[in-house]
Amino acid sequence: MFELSFALSILPKLLSAALTTLFVTFASFLLSLLLGVPLALLRRTRFVFISTITTVIVDFIRCTPLLVQLFFFYFALPGFGIRISAIGTGLLAFSLHYGCYMSEVYRAGLDAVPRGQWDACTALCLSRAQSYFSVILPQAVASVIPAAGVYLIHMFKETPLLASISVVEIMFVSSEIGANTFRYLEPITLCGLLFLLMSIFAAALIRVVEKIYGKRWRRVWS
Amino acid sequence: METSVVLIEPLIAFTSVTKRFGPRVVLSSLDLNIPHGQKLAIIGPSGSGKSTILRILMTLETIESGSVRVGNEYLWRGHSPTSIRADESTTSTIRRRIGMVFQQFNLFPHMTVLQNVSAAPIKVLRKPKDTALRNARDLLAKVGLSDKIDAYPGFLSGGQQQRVAIARALAMNPEILLLDEVTSALDPELVGEVLNVIRLLAHESALTIVMVTHQMGFAREFADRVCFIENGEIVEDAAPAQFFEAPTNKRTRDFLRAVINA
Repeated sequence: MFELSFALSILPKLLSAALTTLFVTFASFLLSLLLGVPLALLRRTRFVFISTITTVIVDFIRCTPLLVQLFFFYFALPGFGIRISAIGTGLLAFSLHYGCYMSEVYRAGLDAVPRGQWDACTALCLSRAQSYFSVILPQAVASVIPAAGVYLIHMFKETPLLASISVVEIMFVSSEIGANTFRYLEPITLCGLLFLLMSIFAAALIRVVEKIYGKRWRRVWS
Repeated sequence: METSVVLIEPLIAFTSVTKRFGPRVVLSSLDLNIPHGQKLAIIGPSGSGKSTILRILMTLETIESGSVRVGNEYLWRGHSPTSIRADESTTSTIRRRIGMVFQQFNLFPHMTVLQNVSAAPIKVLRKPKDTALRNARDLLAKVGLSDKIDAYPGFLSGGQQQRVAIARALAMNPEILLLDEVTSALDPELVGEVLNVIRLLAHESALTIVMVTHQMGFAREFADRVCFIENGEIVEDAAPAQFFEAPTNKRTRDFLRAVINA
């Protein structure tokens, strides 16, 4: 049965592995937020060639499993002489994969900005870049935050995939402990609990950001 | 360039301009000349193409045929099968001369009133920040909103928002001001404050103003000329006194009767 003293004895190991999970999740979340912007803008450009290519790439990445991408980067790329550390591979694959999802989120956010805002930008002679960065994007972000938050929690729950390329994160450490001690109940239960805690924390964080962003200018619709 | 000292008259010229939205003809072979400094009011039933004229001038709409000239530059040149639009640099030169105020205000909600008015002068005209802010404060004082400079648009009444929008358009120092049904989205009691601001402007500047409006009383008092447009054609074009007292066209008379009895 569940043995508390054993659970406590492995907790420090799991906690330090949890730091890796937190790091990979938040770092690749931030990278995917950054990557999503140019992807969304490229998909909206008037140059059909560029927007088509971007659409194809984004759809390709979104429609192939993250695990396949991880294996490709980690096991197939060295064949071309490109060698990336396990954790680097994790960051790369996660930010690329979720950057594509994020670009869709931004696209929806950009579409939600009323047409009249563009008219006003034109009437004031703002360039397209000025319009995007000082008028359209700041408004789009407001509607992007909740959807981005959903992906953040998704990303947390997908990080166990990294165990398969031997990144020392919680899932990897838990199963290692299980394999060495033949006790799986405690490490896997703790692993699940830690994920629960981290996801709750992430959800709360997003709710705070949602409240704060644009607090001064967004009217509260009650 | 050597012609720039000569005032090209008329300032704005639409020559047989046709505009379609799909199968619907919005403007059909429209001719309209607007001299420097004129205050022109365009009235007509909804869907008659009034706003489209303003939107074409503001470079927000394309046309199918005809030409549009502003000053000595062509925004659209007549050509077969469709008119040719000016290149990007000519288009932006023309745009610089024109300001527009919209029915729905279209203020930037994430910027304060002061930022709304000063953003474009800083970013586009590259004015020093303090000059732009001083100018914005002066304009906001003129439209009676000195106490709201740090407010966000979402917290202002419709009338206040529209006065900010007018100040924002003027901050770019346009020669031509387009007013697109600027009081149509306002509660009746707020219409007056916006019209007062426009009156004030008109009296102290040489601005050429083209306004689309449903305020017949205001058009009569404010404009030098009134055009009645129906189904994309100018049906009546006259000085206000003549227009409202003795319209020559039956359709104008019917429209005026319907509006006044409403």
